Amino acid sequence: MEQKEGTLLEIHDLSVSFKMYDHGLNQTRLQVISDLHLTVRPGEIVAVAGSSGSGKSLLASAILGILPGNAEVKGHMHYKGQELTPKRQQQLRGKEMALVPQSVAFLDPLMKVGSQADGHKRPRPKDRRKQLFRRFGLPDNTERLYPFQLSGGMARRVLVSAALITDAQLIIADEPTPGMSLDQALEALKMFRQLADEGKAVILITHDIDLAFEFADRVAVFYAGTTVETAPASDFRDGPQALRHPYSKALWKALPQNGFQPIPGFQPYAGSLPKGCLFAPRCPYRTEECIEKTPPVREIRGGEVRCCHGS
Amino acid sequence: MKGIIRRLARILALSGAKTAALMLAVSIVAFVLVTVSPIDPVQQYILGLGTAVSPEQRAEIEEYWGVNLPPAKRYMNWLSNLLRGNLGESALYRRPVADIIRERFSNSLALMLCAWALSGVTGFVLGCVMGMHRDTWPDKLLKSICYLLSSVPTFWLGLVMLLVFSVWLKWFPIGFSGPIGVASRDVTIWQKLYHLILPAVTLSFMSFANIALHTRQKLTDVLNSDYVLFARARGEENRTILWRHGLRNTVIPALTLQFASFSELFGGFVMAENVFSYPGLGSAAAAAGLNSDVPLLLGVTLFSALFVCVGNTMANLLYGLIDPQIQEAVP
Repeated sequence: MEQKEGTLLEIHDLSVSFKMYDHGLNQTRLQVISDLHLTVRPGEIVAVAGSSGSGKSLLASAILGILPGNAEVKGHMHYKGQELTPKRQQQLRGKEMALVPQSVAFLDPLMKVGSQADGHKRPRPKDRRKQLFRRFGLPDNTERLYPFQLSGGMARRVLVSAALITDAQLIIADEPTPGMSLDQALEALKMFRQLADEGKAVILITHDIDLAFEFADRVAVFYAGTTVETAPASDFRDGPQALRHPYSKALWKALPQNGFQPIPGFQPYAGSLPKGCLFAPRCPYRTEECIEKTPPVREIRGGEVRCCHGS
Repeated sequence: MKGIIRRLARILALSGAKTAALMLAVSIVAFVLVTVSPIDPVQQYILGLGTAVSPEQRAEIEEYWGVNLPPAKRYMNWLSNLLRGNLGESALYRRPVADIIRERFSNSLALMLCAWALSGVTGFVLGCVMGMHRDTWPDKLLKSICYLLSSVPTFWLGLVMLLVFSVWLKWFPIGFSGPIGVASRDVTIWQKLYHLILPAVTLSFMSFANIALHTRQKLTDVLNSDYVLFARARGEENRTILWRHGLRNTVIPALTLQFASFSELFGGFVMAENVFSYPGLGSAAAAAGLNSDVPLLLGVTLFSALFVCVGNTMANLLYGLIDPQIQEAVP
């Protein structure tokens, strides 16, 4: 596996599946992430954008090595040029890799948020946490509150603080902005921008495509558990002619400000994935080749695309 | 602080009123049951006198006790005596019921507290062990033991324990709360404790399985929660997770269950105290039942209802004190 210069995290052909028991002892395998490619360099925000239920959150768990026990991971992940083994993931999470989770449910309901943001490491990074809370406009008494006493936006700011309290080089933010006011969301994203400018890498998992286009350096379009296209965010701002994958183009056209035109069909669910290209059943350009086998990743005009017809 | 006191006062007043209503209901039901039962209290009283009585004397006694009054009137008489603290006199022991309950209960209390604490701690610790090692062989083994113990009757387990530890191994005495042939005022605290161990262990065996299985389930839920996923994402390992999140989130339901188990504990007592010939309230209850000692039986019934009710109320109060989510919104 060739390693590109200057990447912090490199993911090749990552597949995640779950062993499930349906009736009785029949074991089935549910594929939730298929042949995913993603590279993240220091100093950039990569947005992973896709609709709900496409397995975006599982990507975060796979990188951190915190998938449930019945998950099976295939493919390669490299962090700072070295294979990301389960042992290494255990060493790195909470130190070099930090997660900003989705909602207040990720806070222990019976622990005051101050000690939760501090984390389990000693000595407690109290001063740093106070500074972060103040920066996010959380009142001083917030540290003594329990999660159920927080508003959704406050909870998110606590979660962001909990991630920033570490010296993480890689920050994986899983839907960090819903529930925040626009100002707060912008503040949080500015924070991520600033972190990236300091040389950290941020993976921004989101379904808020507008924010992704605006704040990210590159956008990876996530569809049915794989990344169909990764391209500079400017291409997404420029419009469909700058994009490579038919799904990215369709996504762009489906945005309210771009005509609001949906394409027919549904995203296939795990368990009923098509054999070849995952987008083939809905693709206007599909050929026999697309239906039969998974297209390879190709580099076109400074972006990566997994499509035989991408241009 | 002032808020807490006011809240506690309100809760206490409320649960006091509830308890009073419950006790009234229990007294009515108990009275009705005794009235319709074939037990003849006058006959029991006469038996207790030990002398023959002529029909005229019997009629006088009936007159004296008000046996021929309408049931409602008799209930009101009994209730008004009850409210003045007069529980009547035991036909079996020829002493005031209140004294017997007080004396027997103080014996039982030590046994009960030991059994209760032992079952709570054992159950919680085993539950945590099972929850942390779910679906591995230690979990399966402990789970089977728990199921086995919760389906075994107390008296049978008591007999087995006696057979193994007292008769065969001779580690523990075979019964009573002190050595045979020693006056009760001469029994030392160590002798008392020594006699307490086997019944306490037997009793705790009856109820720890429940706590253990519940704790196991609760801990499993906690370990599958989003907040534990986040804790893992932050580099917490199993031990830290148990310490920081597991205990905190499982101890409250365990405590509630433990206090709510007062009723089962009482049921277990009647059996265990008889098997171990332990002179506590449980054996008094059994004796009262077997000898148709109506005043003592009613007294024990009311007392046990009060006891269980207090246990449940304590659980409620404790819940409010420990769980911040039940405390009022913003401090």
